[in-house]
Parts: sequence; structure tokens; C-alpha cells
Amino acid sequence: MTKGKIHSLESFGTVDGPGVRYVVFVQGCPMRCAYCHNPDTWAMTDGTLTDPQEIIDNFERNRPFYESGGITVTGGEPLMQIDFLIDLFTLAKEHGIHTDIDTSGIAFKPGNTALIEKMDKLMELTDLVMLDIKHIDPEKHKDLTGQPNDGILAFAAYLNEKNVDMWIRHVIVPGLTDEDEYLYKLGYFIGQFHNLKALDALPYHTMGKSKYEKLGIEYKLGDTPAMSQKDLIEKKKVILQGIKDRRAELNIPHDDSVMLDSTAG
Amino acid sequence: MRPEWNEFVGGKWDHEINVRDFIQKNYTPYDGDESFLAGPTQNTKDLWAQVLDLQKQEREAGGVLDMDTKVVSTITSHGPGYLDKSKETIVGFQTDKPFKRSLQPYGGIRMAEKACADNGYEVDPEISEFFSVHRKTHNAGCFDAYNPEMRACRSSHVITGLPDAYGRGRIIGDYRRVALYGIDRLIEDKEEQKASTGRVMTDDVIRLREELSEQIVALKMMKEMAASYGCDIARPAQNVQEAIQATYFGYLSAVKEQNGAAMSLGRTSTFLDIYAERDLKNGVFTEEQIQEFVDHFIMKLRCVKFARTPEYNQIFAGDPVWVTESLGGVGVDGRHMVTKMSFRYLHTLENLGASPEPNLTVLWSTRLPEAWKKYCAKISITTSSIQYENDDLMRVTHGDDYGIACCVSSMVIGKQMQFFGARANLAKCLLYALNGGVDEVSHKQVGPKYRPVEGDILDYDDVMSKFTDMMEWLADVYVNTLNVIHYMHDKYCYERAQMALHDRDVLRYFATGIAGLSVVADSLSAIKYAQVKVVRDEDGVIVDFETTGDFPKYGNDDDRVDVIARDLVKNFMTMLRRHHTYRDGFPTMSVLTITSNVTYGKATGNTPDGRKKGQPFAPGANPMHGRDSHGAVASLSSVSKLPFQHAQDGISNTFSIIPGALGKEDKVFAGDINVDLN
Repeated sequence: MTKGKIHSLESFGTVDGPGVRYVVFVQGCPMRCAYCHNPDTWAMTDGTLTDPQEIIDNFERNRPFYESGGITVTGGEPLMQIDFLIDLFTLAKEHGIHTDIDTSGIAFKPGNTALIEKMDKLMELTDLVMLDIKHIDPEKHKDLTGQPNDGILAFAAYLNEKNVDMWIRHVIVPGLTDEDEYLYKLGYFIGQFHNLKALDALPYHTMGKSKYEKLGIEYKLGDTPAMSQKDLIEKKKVILQGIKDRRAELNIPHDDSVMLDSTAG
Repeated sequence: MRPEWNEFVGGKWDHEINVRDFIQKNYTPYDGDESFLAGPTQNTKDLWAQVLDLQKQEREAGGVLDMDTKVVSTITSHGPGYLDKSKETIVGFQTDKPFKRSLQPYGGIRMAEKACADNGYEVDPEISEFFSVHRKTHNAGCFDAYNPEMRACRSSHVITGLPDAYGRGRIIGDYRRVALYGIDRLIEDKEEQKASTGRVMTDDVIRLREELSEQIVALKMMKEMAASYGCDIARPAQNVQEAIQATYFGYLSAVKEQNGAAMSLGRTSTFLDIYAERDLKNGVFTEEQIQEFVDHFIMKLRCVKFARTPEYNQIFAGDPVWVTESLGGVGVDGRHMVTKMSFRYLHTLENLGASPEPNLTVLWSTRLPEAWKKYCAKISITTSSIQYENDDLMRVTHGDDYGIACCVSSMVIGKQMQFFGARANLAKCLLYALNGGVDEVSHKQVGPKYRPVEGDILDYDDVMSKFTDMMEWLADVYVNTLNVIHYMHDKYCYERAQMALHDRDVLRYFATGIAGLSVVADSLSAIKYAQVKVVRDEDGVIVDFETTGDFPKYGNDDDRVDVIARDLVKNFMTMLRRHHTYRDGFPTMSVLTITSNVTYGKATGNTPDGRKKGQPFAPGANPMHGRDSHGAVASLSSVSKLPFQHAQDGISNTFSIIPGALGKEDKVFAGDINVDLN
């Protein structure tokens, strides 16, 4: 079995997917999002090599806590370690565990057939993908993360095609990702997908800042204020409007379950 | 059947003292939600405002508003006291007025004197003389019998918090009996018990006969005390108001005579609900009236006070009474035991506001009704005032009519009691093992002069072998110290009121406890998995440690260290079991220093886990602060590996969490997570 490069394990995850979850933070990410609150998971070279079986064992020992939850792999960028994910989720499915990947989608390369083959296999083992779209506009996405977003948007379409449940996560940063024009565009884009089950608008917070100081990395957002709850709710409505409009156009029945709260902290 | 019992389903309970049978035959499980509850009445608001004002005055006066210095407290020593007689539906205070602390010298006259002196009062010299010269106290008795080793252990704090100068508490009378049967029937029963004792006058028979006589005196005094408030408790209660009042008079009698370390109430709500249901059905009282009775009852429980010293308050972190009331749970027949009255009790936290007392404790089971679970969660979130205990775990041993004394000590109501035994400081014991019985703080030879560790690097097997020997010694001196204490407490400070509300033959738990579990587990793990170098001072006593390398820490669901903690509990309990216990007490152990962990830490030197001299231990069975790095489930999982059968007096875990860390929005925690999905 392929071992994973693990940053840390959290046994009581309550905000990373449905229910109480065992959360695996993998090490390594190619994105350099300005607001990332886990810069300590960026480096591809660090991490503790961990066997998938060990993670399943940890989960099983405390299974009663996870009755309505499961395992979430986040990071870092989980899809950078796809072989490990396949092995972990194969085991998880043998144990009847709900599986969830929290990803930026950056590792998705539509033209790479070897990768797509693996991706197809992984998606058969995945119950939910929480796709974090950082910005809908290609240029702004590059400014924000240092990477293009075409593969990410293609990944959303791919998930739809594979019929894998999808939550869209979007971090709203004052002055950076809170422009109504783009929020609406984001909503309009994701509104086309049948597999969209929830929208999770996340407020920017400044709690990651101290990690940058500790790591000696420059914090690009400086004194950008945290997102207020009140503003967040307004911004979420804009995305929802985009979703509704697109669904109306395509005659997709609007699903009220996409009213996912946007008050996460 | 008696007229007071009209409409109740009969059974064993109607011809023998058997409250459980009455409950099981008559209670109505409630599956609904909290929408039936009534808010506070104007009288309740007025009375509570009065209590809040008294609390404020008490704080401004430095912690004590008034103390009795002349009248030795008994069940009948004081005339009736009120907040506002015209508004109170449930009456009774410990003395003749609220917030006046009673004088209870039987535990120890010096403690009583000091409690007064520290608060600016002076015990009447005649009382002091009487209890110093003419009437021995529990405290004096203990020191007459202690041997030098016991005294040394006490001063060095390797055994700490011993109830040898104050009331041991932890005994729960079955206060419901007063309501269900009335005092006259209970006296009749006690007379029968007395007639049933053996004819050969062994020590045990003599003691039993004397105790039963004391109990009968207490019952008569209860009746008299109730009469002074204009209440007749000679006969059974006729309605829910009388039932609550009679139950409270039973409890009040106990706190008039015993200043115990924990004076818990038991499991009264489902019992009282039977009366409430009958009254609601017959239109005797409305929901609003019944809630008012409950609010007034709880208000009284919030006003229970004792005269205590600052040192006592330091050990117990405040001035707790531990009026623990156990709610809910599941019956052995599979029906849950949540009733409307369970909701009414929790609802007092909304009607009167949050409060640590009474210590409302939910006996939790996965099989509790959903609406009750949600209500508990809601009240926990809004008031942080609910304690939870694992009914699925305890029901196996105790059935469905047990209650919690203090924070976690479980006992079957009216059939079992406990000899409270404070705790042994295992972290200090480990240091004694390293230093050959020399105390690391005082440098005195407290433990036996075993061979100390040699060399600079600690070897796990060598340390374990020495630690095992030292624990054997500690278990011996600990149990024998407790034997002295409980002998003397029975002799000089007998709990006649509480024991009058027990069966004749009770199971006596001989409770012990340990402090410093996570400190010792992590220390042993450091010795085993990292390298621990000792630092000796000029006398050759090991006073510090230098640890190189990482080691597994208790609280991360890591068996390498969790097994060390598990075995510690089992091994120490096994050692305790080898010793003779007073009155054939059934030995149990707890891991539950919720508050005194700070004091124990103060008295203990540097430990190999990296904890510095004087730093607090973790509370109860908690991992050391900040060392559990894998989240709450992993932390709880380490704790849950501790074996209940070897820590039957309870394992506590203090769990604080910010609401945001429990999920998104209140409703998520209340169980509606699936709205996000589909």
C-alpha cells in the first residue's frame, strides 16, 4: 500500500464535511493562496509517512463518534497523493466509511490519460468532493494563488459527469474575493451542475497569520480585516442568485438544500 | 392502600420500603419536547431577586454574610427561616434565616473555630470548651489513632484531602422515602429493624443497635422540624407540592447536621413526576404551579451553605456543596426514565439562570428520547451548567435507581453508601520511588527507605520495579489511614439523618482515589521511549530531569502510553484490594480530581514528563494540558481505555470546547446536520 505524507490527524473534525469526521491533513500543496491558513502544509518535502491501514485503525477504534460522519482528506492538496488516496479509500469502502476529499482541484489535468484513469478509480471510491474554487476569473485566480483555474473548473464538470456529490467552498476575503460580479459568475458557473449539493461560503479569518510569522513567510494580506458574518450572508446570497438563474435557464429544478449555511467560522 | 396513594398502582412498595418499585410501577416516560414548560411566576422572580441580592451582599461582605457561633446545628436546633413566607411554596433553611451558616463542630472543633475566625467570627467559648474537653470530635479521634507514618504522609501530601477534619459527605439519603411513606411509617420500619438484630452482643451488633436508635431519633426530629414550618410529614405526601416539600425536608435534615465534602440529593425527578402527573390529571395543580414548586425547590438547593475555611475552599476550588441530582437514564426494562419533571428541573436553569448548584447531572444513554437529548444540548449550550454521566456503563453495575454523589461516585439510592477517601498522589509516589522514600520537596524520609535509583539515566524496568514497591507501600498506609478515619467518623460524627433513609444492611463502598494519572503515565512514557537524565541536588536527591527525544503522550489514542495509564489504574486498585477495610467496605477507586489537581500539583516537585514543580496536575483522568494534539476524539479515546471495573468510583474528564468548534451554527450540534445534504 502507498503511504501518505501526512501533516497531522484530527480526530474530531466538525466543519469539514457532514457529521463528526476523522480528518487527514496531507502534506504538500502547489497552490500559494494568499489567505491560506495552513502554510505549514505547503512544503512537498515534509510530512510523516503513514500507512492507510493505520488511519483506518484509528477511525475504527473510535467508530461510535463518527456515526453520521466519516473520513475527510484535506491538506495540503490531497490529489497530489492520488495513489495514497486510492489505497486509503479502497480500505475505507471495505469498512463502509463515508469518504470525502477537500480539494482545490489543482491537480486535475484533463489531457493526462494516466492521471484520469486513476482519477476514475478514485471517484468510484469517493462519496463527496468539497471543491474549493478560489476565484472564478482566470487572471484573478492566478494573482491570488499563483496557478491557473482552467483545470479546476474542468474538474467540477468532470465530477458532474462522474455523478460524485459536490460541495463548492469559497472563501470570501474583503477586498479580494468579495466582488459581486465574480461571486455571481461563480454561482452561474456551478449552477449548471446536477451534482452540486451544497454551497459552503467561508469567511476569511486572520487566525493563520501567526503561522506565517513562525515560518518566516511574508503574509500577503497584511491587515486585511476578517469577514463579518453579516456581510458574508449578503455575499452568499449573490452566489445563490447566480445558481438560481443558471438553473432556471437550464430548467434544473432548484434544490433548496443548496441553502448551506455560510456562517462557518 | 393509604388514601394518599389513591390511583397509584400498588406493588411491593405498598407493604415494604421500596421506592424503586413505586417508581417503576407508576412513572410515565415522556417522549415529547420542552414546549409544555412554564416560565417563572412573579413570586419566583421576586424571591430569586431576593436571593441574588443576598448573594451580592455576601460577596461584598467577603464571602460570608452571617454565621452561627452559639447554637450547635441539629435537625431541630433552629426555628423556621424564610425569604418571604407569603411567596415561598417550598420552605426551609439550614438555620433561622437564609445565608446564615450553621455551626457544625462534630467533625472537628478546630476546623469550626477556624472557619469562624477566618471570616471574622468567634465560636462561643463555652462551645469550644465543651468540644475540646467534654465531647471528643471526629478530628480528635483520628489524631489519637494515627501512627507517625500516617501523619508524615498527610503533611507531605502524598495522601491529600483526607476527610479527617471535616465531614466525609458522599452519603445520599433516600429523601424520597419521606414523601412516599411519611416519617411514622419509616420509624415503624426502623423499630422492626432494631428488633431484627442478633441477640449476641458482638461489637457489630452493638454498633448497629446504637446507630438504628440514632436514626430513629433523627426521624423524630425531622417530623418536629417540619412541624415548625407548619408541615405534617408524619404521613405520606398527598400531592406534588407536599412530595417536593417532604423530599426537601429529608435533604435539609442532612445538611443541618453534616457539613460533608459532597451533600448530594439523589435521583428525585422521575419519582416526583408521578405526583405531578396525578395532580395534572385531577386538576389539582396547573403546569405553571408545578414549575413554581420546582423553581422554589431548586432555589432552596442553591442556598445551601457551609462554614468552611479558606484552605478548604482552596482544595475544592470554591465553596462547593455538590448538591448533585441525577436525571434521566434508562430502566432495566428498557424504558427510558425521562419524564416531564426531568425537563422541569433543567428548565430551572432558564427560569432562574445558570448555576453550578444543584449539580444537575444527566445520566446519558444512546437510548434516551431525541427531544430530551436536544433539550439537554440546548441548555448545555446556553448555560454550561449540565454534567453528563454514562448511564449505559453504570446501569450494568447499579441498575436503574442509582444516583451520583459529588461529581461521579455512583451508588444505589438507600441501599449503598460511601466512605469518602480523598486520594493518593501517584506522581509524588513515583518521585518517592526514585528517591528511596525521600520527599523531593521537604527532603524528609516519608516513605520506606528503599534503594533509590542509581546512575544518571533512568531505566524503565528499574523504575517500574521501584515504583511498584512504593505503590504497595502507599496503598497500605493509605487504606489504613482511611480505616482510622471512617471508624472515628462513625463514632463521633455519625450521619444519622442520611442513614435513617437507608436500609438496615447497606453496601459500604470504601472509596479511594488517585491524583496525577496523566503526569505519571507521561513520565513513564518519557522514561521508556525517550531518554531521561536525572538532576540531583547537593543532598543527592533527584530534583529535576532532562529529557532528550520525543515520547508518546497520554491523550492521543496511542496505545504505547495509554496502556501504561490503564495498567496503573488496575495495578494500584489491585494493591488496595489486598488490605483490610473498615466494616468490610467494598474497595473502589476514582480518577476524579476535578478541582484539587491544582493543590496536589503545588505540593509535588518536577516530574520526568516535563511538568515543573508546583504546576497543576491535569484534572481527573484528563491528559495534561496541551499534550493531546490529535483532537477531542483521540483525547477521549485515551480516557475511555481506563477500566471502569478498577475505577468504579468514577473517572472524570473535564471537557471544554468553544461552540464554534462543535460545528456550524447551533442547529448543527442539535442534530440537524443532514439539512446540509440530500
